[in-house]
Amino acid sequence: MTSPRTSFAEPTRFAKAGPWIGLAVLAVALLVIAPLALSPFRLGLLAKYLCYAIAAVGIGLAWGRGGMLVLGQGMYFGLGGYAMAMHLKLADAGPNGIPDFMLLYADGQMPLWWEPFRSPLVTLAAIVLVPGLLATILGLAIFKRRIKGAYFAILSQALTAAFALLLIGQVKTTGGYNGLNNFRGFFGYSLYDPANKKMLYLIAAGVLLLSLALVAHLQRSRFGELLIATRDAEERVRFLGQDPAFPKLLAYVVAAVLAAVGGALYVPIVGIISPDDVGVVASIGLIAGVALGGRASLFGPALGAIAVGYAESTLSERFAGSWTYFQGALFIVVLLLLPGGLSSVLAKAREAAGGRRLRRVHAEAGEVAAV
Amino acid sequence: MTAELIRTDDYLEVRDLRVSFGDFVAVDGVALTLLQGQVHFLVGPNGAGKTTVIDALTGLARGQGVATFDGEDLLGRSSHAIARLGVGRTFQTATVFNDLTVLQNLDIAGLRHRRRRSLWRARHGIPDAVAEAAEAVGLSHLLDRPAGVLSHGQKQWLEIGMLLVQDARVLLLDEPVAGMSAQERDATGELLHRIGRERTIVVVEHDMEFVRRYADVVTVLHAGRVLASGSMEQIRANPEVQRVYLGDHAEGVSNA
Repeated sequence: MTSPRTSFAEPTRFAKAGPWIGLAVLAVALLVIAPLALSPFRLGLLAKYLCYAIAAVGIGLAWGRGGMLVLGQGMYFGLGGYAMAMHLKLADAGPNGIPDFMLLYADGQMPLWWEPFRSPLVTLAAIVLVPGLLATILGLAIFKRRIKGAYFAILSQALTAAFALLLIGQVKTTGGYNGLNNFRGFFGYSLYDPANKKMLYLIAAGVLLLSLALVAHLQRSRFGELLIATRDAEERVRFLGQDPAFPKLLAYVVAAVLAAVGGALYVPIVGIISPDDVGVVASIGLIAGVALGGRASLFGPALGAIAVGYAESTLSERFAGSWTYFQGALFIVVLLLLPGGLSSVLAKAREAAGGRRLRRVHAEAGEVAAV
Repeated sequence: MTAELIRTDDYLEVRDLRVSFGDFVAVDGVALTLLQGQVHFLVGPNGAGKTTVIDALTGLARGQGVATFDGEDLLGRSSHAIARLGVGRTFQTATVFNDLTVLQNLDIAGLRHRRRRSLWRARHGIPDAVAEAAEAVGLSHLLDRPAGVLSHGQKQWLEIGMLLVQDARVLLLDEPVAGMSAQERDATGELLHRIGRERTIVVVEHDMEFVRRYADVVTVLHAGRVLASGSMEQIRANPEVQRVYLGDHAEGVSNA
């Protein structure tokens, strides 16, 4: 009767090393194989998907592990993206220069709040701190008031819709519907140089690997267990003497910052950030990838986001107008038919294989006993 | 202040507790003194307000009156603040974290006693408090099992084990033996007496046989009021209890 115990002990030993083995494999694939195997154009596209993947890793933590359906991550993606874009515009304009679009749309007066983004350091700090602070304030208001489930999802989607509308409305300071584009340099490096484009790809790949390592560590820690407990029985957590608002808030803030970092990298890689990249549709695009890959797994959200990004590029070339329908349908179908995403299929296959191995061992033991 | 002096405050005092939902008064002026080292039972017909009393003491229902433990007022505090004062509870339908293992369930209950730092690390080995609690509730051999696959009785024990790791000094248990086999009931009753020596234990129960065997003090509630309180013998001899509760008892059981 020892077999049930070994069947439980084995996966835990594997589970301890699993994330780090997976990270190593992914690191080799992204840092060594992809740059060798892909053309500069394809590598540039992959870099764009990696930006989505960075945001997706955060969504996996907040939604998959924390149970918060973050339908509006586009807002944080946009905050990071616009902060970076403002800096690139100012850097392109030179010292005391003014972004070109402001001369076009406005009287050539730059609003004061653009001024700090001249500094690269302030910009990098703002990319992390502005979304982090906003998520903390919003999160406290939401989770302390015990707003959850569909109400939380609607609220987060409404916020991102409002954010996109705000960007469109403020043409003179945000570029309006066209957004910010035409960047020439990135912290002193020309964006026209293929070597620098490859460097940007490698930065995005490195940031994605670091995000995965951070989330892998959080998942393994006691905090990760508390987060799952909060997801599955939030009210029960209170009776342990823990305020469930705290683990939710932390996961939400981490997800916001990762989305912002993804958005910030997106700007030099893609060359534009506009309300379309941060609105409701873009947010659903992010979460559709997470759902497809498997929201509660470590690698599922990132790989799913890359896959959906790839599908978007390929399919929207062929069926220009219908991609958004396809994307929405994908989100719904996955949630209905495969709530655990593709990674749950893998896990089931592994379990089935484990079961076969166990049966074989039993069968052999039975034969031995028969002999 | 010596430790002994603090100890004298270590009981749960409830005076004039009222809980109402709209016009309906569920608990109507209940007074209880729950001492450490005794196993108290709250009994009464359905709708007597037993669970509502526990809800009010743990911040789930808004109560008026006075309820103090260790000199601290419980009413008006949030559930997690009450739990931090050392008042823990279980639920009629055992609520454990199904996706976590027994070990993780027990371990998570000890979060508030650990350094903040330990939250950011993975657990190494089995903490002493977890091992002791698992031993006490007889789940040591199931530590790596997901809590979702436990039997109903084992889940109840796991919840009690979590209260031990949490180091709750008052345990409010809502029908812990409902649905248990006779054997499991005996094990639970003995467990309550073992852990009750240094704690205050309050059990809401319908099963009169279980109450008879394991109660030190019984309080009978009826229509939101305390009908009688005392030992099982005193309760059984009380004519009012016989009239109101024990007379209805057969009916209560058949309904359950």
